[in-house]
Amino acid sequence: MTAPLTDRYAVTHRLYPYRRSADQDAAEPARHPVVVVGGGPVGLVTALDLGLKGHRVVLLDDHEGVGTGSRAICFSKRTLEICHRLGAGEQMLDKGVVWSRGRVFHDRDEIYAFDLLPEAGHRHPAFINLSQIDFERFLAEAIARANAEGAQIELRGRNRVDAVDPRADGVSFDVMTPEGPYQMEADWLIACDGARSPVRDMLGLGFEGRVFEDNFLIADVRMTADFPTERWFWFEPWFKSGASALLHKQPDDIWRIDFQLGWDIDREEELKEDNVRARVDAMLGPDVAYKLDWTSIYTFQCRRMDAFVQGRVVFAGDSAHQVSPFGARGANSGVQDAENLAWRLDLILRGVAGETLMQGYNRERVMAADENILNSTRATDFLTPKSAVSRTFRDAVLHLASDHAFARPLVNSGRLSVPCVYGRLPGFGADALEGGPDRSRPGAPCPDAPRGEGYLLDGIGDGFQLLGINAFVPDAFDLDGIAVTGLQLEADADIKARYLGVADHAVYLIRPDQHVVARWPVYSAEAVIAAIRAHLGR
Amino acid sequence: MALVLTPNIDNPDGFYDALVQAHEGLNADESAAFNARLILILANQVGNEETLRAALKTAQGA
Ligand SMILES: Cc1cc2nc3c(=O)[nH]c(=O)nc-3n(C[C@H](O)[C@H](O)[C@H](O)COP(=O)(O)OP(=O)(O)OC[C@H]3O[C@@H](n4cnc5c(N)ncnc54)[C@H](O)[C@@H]3O)c2cc1C
Repeated sequence: MTAPLTDRYAVTHRLYPYRRSADQDAAEPARHPVVVVGGGPVGLVTALDLGLKGHRVVLLDDHEGVGTGSRAICFSKRTLEICHRLGAGEQMLDKGVVWSRGRVFHDRDEIYAFDLLPEAGHRHPAFINLSQIDFERFLAEAIARANAEGAQIELRGRNRVDAVDPRADGVSFDVMTPEGPYQMEADWLIACDGARSPVRDMLGLGFEGRVFEDNFLIADVRMTADFPTERWFWFEPWFKSGASALLHKQPDDIWRIDFQLGWDIDREEELKEDNVRARVDAMLGPDVAYKLDWTSIYTFQCRRMDAFVQGRVVFAGDSAHQVSPFGARGANSGVQDAENLAWRLDLILRGVAGETLMQGYNRERVMAADENILNSTRATDFLTPKSAVSRTFRDAVLHLASDHAFARPLVNSGRLSVPCVYGRLPGFGADALEGGPDRSRPGAPCPDAPRGEGYLLDGIGDGFQLLGINAFVPDAFDLDGIAVTGLQLEADADIKARYLGVADHAVYLIRPDQHVVARWPVYSAEAVIAAIRAHLGR
Repeated sequence: MALVLTPNIDNPDGFYDALVQAHEGLNADESAAFNARLILILANQVGNEETLRAALKTAQGA
């Protein structure tokens, strides 16, 4: 419990160097409304979102900034939309490599191709590639900017949570620093402390699921090459560097390369530079000069907690659920956890909603986690068939796919992250807009569309929002302490396709996280009030 | 009836998953027998002789 702090990884950017806090000298443990444990992507988004909503937030991390080493690179449209709302999206988009196309090869043949955003009129692309290091740095910079504007978000580096004591109305916990331990209390503790979550262990909670019996060598190489900015994936590649291989561009002339090595390997041997280079050389050809920027070997798992809300402790991101990376569903889903819990906690802390509102977070994000686990499990099973007969089918699909289009949709090298549609869960009423488009049905995140000089999503979010399309909605009203604002639009072709379908007019009720709660052909105050109250469980 | 070789399976990932799951716990002989039964069931669904012959040919060619 009083073990000194040790580094589990080296830090590239010291974003929040250790500084003594007044809490360490307090006679009684200081009490805070929200404490976030962990400064990964999910903890940073949680702290930033709550801070921008006006709450005092303390984030504790046992390191002083972003670690070296390479993990996530693919950040999805929904993640960018969330980060844009939080003031960090522009830097990400400027630095990131935009892509939407993928090609899949078997041996030398191209057997499948996809385009994730075949449609114009969205501020954000389907995906950007950006290192997780830069993703986290941009979030930390957005936090500094928010603080300069009056937000109260405090990042405490080298503060490790060592023991947690949950109470009915909050949590008290021990924190270790380079200058010794201290105690704190919080009304709510948000555990974003990663897949190995010490907080989860401290509460004795399980984390069951599947381990895939395979090893993946990840190499980030620096080179100037003119391969297109597409995701290239090989099954049984002709260059024989692995059972499968991946090539994907990142910013700063870095390329992510990934080789599937199999289960029985000698990790140390495989990580020797000469051995890594032999595989990369076979892939790129002998004439391509490159530098190895980072290499490591991973095994992957799919698992989740039974429940993400445990009294006043809420789990988000990898601490709550873990997936294999084929589909880029880890950080992307964690960021959606953060935004889902932030608006709820905002209403709870302001006293306009009861604690039970957090149960909606549990329901919705468990559903999302199951969807992500299902998709990444299917992709991983296709990459690493778990039995002889499943390999037979896999190989049959690959062989048929080069000549026959019908087999191509069965080829699975990862189905990339899309947001979950919560519509069949409690709190979402029946769809009352006859002929309305499927993509904007209740439970779905609002599709973006051009609006004036900007985009539709710029004007939506942070509160409850009514959107009247060729239809009246009131400008603003207050419901039980909750501000509801209205926006009226005339439909152009994009808005019509995305929000009206065959209807002539529509009214949408949208929550602070830009998900549709309900929609109708026309405005009715009673219907809107009933829908909001039902959604908030009143 | 021409053999359909363009995508026609409603939920490709779901079907593929169910197909592989159906073999869980079967040994090699049992799996082969399962596949034989499955092919015969699907062949009956197709029915048309010309289509079935075209399917046999396509499978040989791959
Ligand atoms: C090879 C690879 C590729 C990936 N690619 C993608 C991708 O392309 N797209 C994608 O979306 N996801 C991807 N992922 C997944 C992604 O990296 C994770 O989902 C993401 O990092 C989870 O973020 P998090 O904030 O939940 O946890 P983490 O990033 O693990 O952060 C947890 C933080 O908590 C801190 N901490 C731990 N214990 C304590 C404690 N006791 N006290 C205080 N602080 C503590 C840690 O130091 C750390 O800073 C990939 C993962 C891997 C391994």
